[in-house]
Amino acid sequence: MSNILLLILLMLGAGVVAWLSERIDTRLPKWVSLISFALATLWIVLLWSSGADPKTGLYAAQHFDWIPRFGISVILEVDALSLMLIALTTFLGIVAVISSWTETSERYGFFQFNILWVMAGVVGVFSSFDLFLFFFFWEVMLIPMYFLIAIWGHEDRSYAAMKFFLFTQISGLLLLVAIVALVWVNYGATGNLTFAYGELVGTAIDPVFARLLMLGFFIAFITKLPSVPVHTWLPDAHTQAPTAGSVILAGILLKTGGYGIVRFVVTLFPEASADFWAIGMSLGVVSILYGGYMAYSQSDFKRLVAYSSIAHMGFVLVGVYAFNDLGMQGAIITMIAHGFSTAALFMMAGALQERLHSREMTDMGGLWVRAPRMGAVTMFFVVASVGMPGLGNFIGEFLVLIGAFQKNVTLTVLAAIGVVVAAVYGLSLMQRSFQGTPNPDITEIQDFGFRELGIMVLLMIALIWLGVYPQHVLALSESVLPTLGIAS
Amino acid sequence: MNMLTLQHGLPYVVVAVGLLIVMVGISIKRTHLVAAALTMLTLIAGIAAHVPTLNVLESGGLDVDGLVRLDGIGVFFNLLFLATSSLTVLLGYRYLETNLRYREEFYLLLLTLTFGAMCLPIATHYVSLLLGLEIVSISLYAMIAYPDKVRPPLEAALKYLILSGIGSTTILFGMALNYAAVGSMAFGTGELTFEVAANDAYFIIGQVFIWSGIAFKLSLVPFHIWTPDVYEGAPALVTGLLATISKGAVFAVVMRYAVESDLLTEPSVFLVVSLIAVLSMIVGNLLALLQKNLKRLLAYSSIAHMGYLLITLLMINSAQPAVAFETLMLYVAGYFLMTIAAFGLITVTSYSADRELNRVTDLEGLFWTRPALAATMTATVLSLAGIPLTIGFIAKFYLFTAGIEGELWLLVWSLIIGSAIGIYYYLRLVFAMTKAPENDESISWTGMITGVGTLSAIGLAIVVLGIYPAPLIDFIQGMIAVSGI
Repeated sequence: MSNILLLILLMLGAGVVAWLSERIDTRLPKWVSLISFALATLWIVLLWSSGADPKTGLYAAQHFDWIPRFGISVILEVDALSLMLIALTTFLGIVAVISSWTETSERYGFFQFNILWVMAGVVGVFSSFDLFLFFFFWEVMLIPMYFLIAIWGHEDRSYAAMKFFLFTQISGLLLLVAIVALVWVNYGATGNLTFAYGELVGTAIDPVFARLLMLGFFIAFITKLPSVPVHTWLPDAHTQAPTAGSVILAGILLKTGGYGIVRFVVTLFPEASADFWAIGMSLGVVSILYGGYMAYSQSDFKRLVAYSSIAHMGFVLVGVYAFNDLGMQGAIITMIAHGFSTAALFMMAGALQERLHSREMTDMGGLWVRAPRMGAVTMFFVVASVGMPGLGNFIGEFLVLIGAFQKNVTLTVLAAIGVVVAAVYGLSLMQRSFQGTPNPDITEIQDFGFRELGIMVLLMIALIWLGVYPQHVLALSESVLPTLGIAS
Repeated sequence: MNMLTLQHGLPYVVVAVGLLIVMVGISIKRTHLVAAALTMLTLIAGIAAHVPTLNVLESGGLDVDGLVRLDGIGVFFNLLFLATSSLTVLLGYRYLETNLRYREEFYLLLLTLTFGAMCLPIATHYVSLLLGLEIVSISLYAMIAYPDKVRPPLEAALKYLILSGIGSTTILFGMALNYAAVGSMAFGTGELTFEVAANDAYFIIGQVFIWSGIAFKLSLVPFHIWTPDVYEGAPALVTGLLATISKGAVFAVVMRYAVESDLLTEPSVFLVVSLIAVLSMIVGNLLALLQKNLKRLLAYSSIAHMGYLLITLLMINSAQPAVAFETLMLYVAGYFLMTIAAFGLITVTSYSADRELNRVTDLEGLFWTRPALAATMTATVLSLAGIPLTIGFIAKFYLFTAGIEGELWLLVWSLIIGSAIGIYYYLRLVFAMTKAPENDESISWTGMITGVGTLSAIGLAIVVLGIYPAPLIDFIQGMIAVSGI
């Protein structure tokens, strides 16, 4: 179970199998994909239950040479933080496959191939402890995501896919330059050419240069997160992506940005990051308020949820740049809870689009009467996303706010206003789509069946578990705090 | 002491003999298959002939009369050229069969081109440089004009003939002036050191002429104007050769020239070459944005790639020449693979079409009509854009490390900006391929096996070397190790 490379390779292999299986039967690819994700989830659960190595705190570790010319190795390690995020990835893989069970009308095989390859790339991102390998997976996961938007997206997919790719690629180039420059600084200081994260931590860098390098990392990661001012790709990409694409994008790809900040920015450049706290935190607060404000002004269901993601990810930035254990743990929990709640909301948007052929909330209204099960489910996830106590998002945002309060009161107060804004746009979403006067044009709408309800219930359980008894996750995230440069 | 033996020159002997056999064979009886097979045999024998050469080169390179230097670097480039020509035979067989009346001489020209190219990476003297350069150019004139029933190739050939001729003359004149100043035609400036010559007006003017001519041949900005027209007019098969062998060979010799003559240590030369590099990266990429024709797009993209490659030249001040050569060789190898694949795709899809399918819109729906070709093309395009999983990324990574190690920040930024612009137009090609096909016309697959098979193999190589480049790197380092640099 501790061979993560094998897991990644199996997912890649499953992608090829799914593509080829289309020739036998067009229904086969989604089954292949579903079973693969189920097995991958089982794999991770077994890895989790097998426990960490008490000495290193790692659940899995692999290390061998890859390109010795540049001191590049394959270093795949899974610590508690990676483990949580990988578990989220494989689980949301199941959600993504199920949410698009009936949506795709053609090219089923290639669709599932792309889903599996994105996820394999993400698992790689979350477990790479060699910066070159990390960058490799970071870029690899983008190509299938691009295909998902460009081929199966909605009316404006070409523009959205291009924008997504350009934003992430260009910021990726900055990341690459920063990585190479860091490696060369380390090479100059120690004479040891290596891309291994463990050896690069603690590199002595000239303070001014360190700030530049830190910015290279930071910009790449906040583009993915995304934070104001590099967020503009997200509403387009989300709106145009097919349901599975949105689920993956919001649930997991955004988390790679947060993960990058948590894992690399703070530990590789501790002084530069510490000096940077005010800007980092302010960007987070601006994202929270701006995302909330924009979400409220949307009439498109999916776009609203997309902007709300920007607001929620703002909390991650605020939490990280609080530089204390509460803030950091809050950021980690926010990432996970947001993965569940937003995945569900995007799945709902997809389900509505499939039924109404529209994402506009003006075409909805009073849907609860026609589809009570969908209404109830939406209600649950909207209040979760708003941050109702007892559900996962609350724990995350609450911890972030407590952590931030110790750092700066003004910014914390502003961030807390974001919670109120969230209630405004969240309830307005509910009001405009499911409540109010029933739209006379909608006479019949198929309510959730067993398949959709089942997966939603799973997501609900996850959020309740996270909200009512967060101790599991808190213990895990606490165990990694020392390696993230936070003394607990 | 290392003596010149038959083994040293065996590849040249083999290719020359093969060339003669093909020529005599054609004059006895015209048979396309036999001519192609003999050419293929010659090329493979040429590759095989490097084994004994490598054995005798183990003690380091061998200088022959100050004209050429036989060493591992030459071997590497020669292998690359021979392999490229073999791939061209495989990709082009079907094209020549269906589209042309007289096909056999094409192979003759291909062999002379290869032979000329093989002369360049070993040149250490103006004479051998010019000899190789002219054999390559003259072969290409004829090859560009080869299709006799259509006009564009003729126009392109004329354009190339005149402009390339001017380029050669410029280089020649520059050499003469340099000779007047230095008194030697060898790359290493002979008895006079460079410092003494640097203040000599003849020398400086000569340098300007030489570098301008070289920039012409490499289609670097601002000497790039001919490139898109010639690329577009020439048959895709020949454009592929023009973009790979002729560029790669010239780059190899320029690198050797720069290393041996130590010219780039002079700040003014360094500045000019840097500016040319920056302009090529930016202008090439910007102009590529506007293109609707695939061949013109690739022309501009090749201008940008030549700009990227100049970084390898500029790093010799700050890094070991061996590292500069390594970067150059790896990048050229990657660039060759991607370029052959891109132009090969146009050749292969146009086999049975009534015109060459060279518009971007011709790619539409390729993913659904010909998945194997589309997958290869996707790998190629991503590789050109320098995205991981492909050899193009490893190549670009080399350049990044080179630029950062040498602190050539202006070049690094240009490389970033150029790549960023590049992503846009490369991705447009991928997007075109993913579009739903307009009509599901059935495609005749007969006779396409060699073409499609070859292309798929190249695509596979792009990806495999992108994931596991260690063998290629080891090979290149091995070749440099026996060069005594």
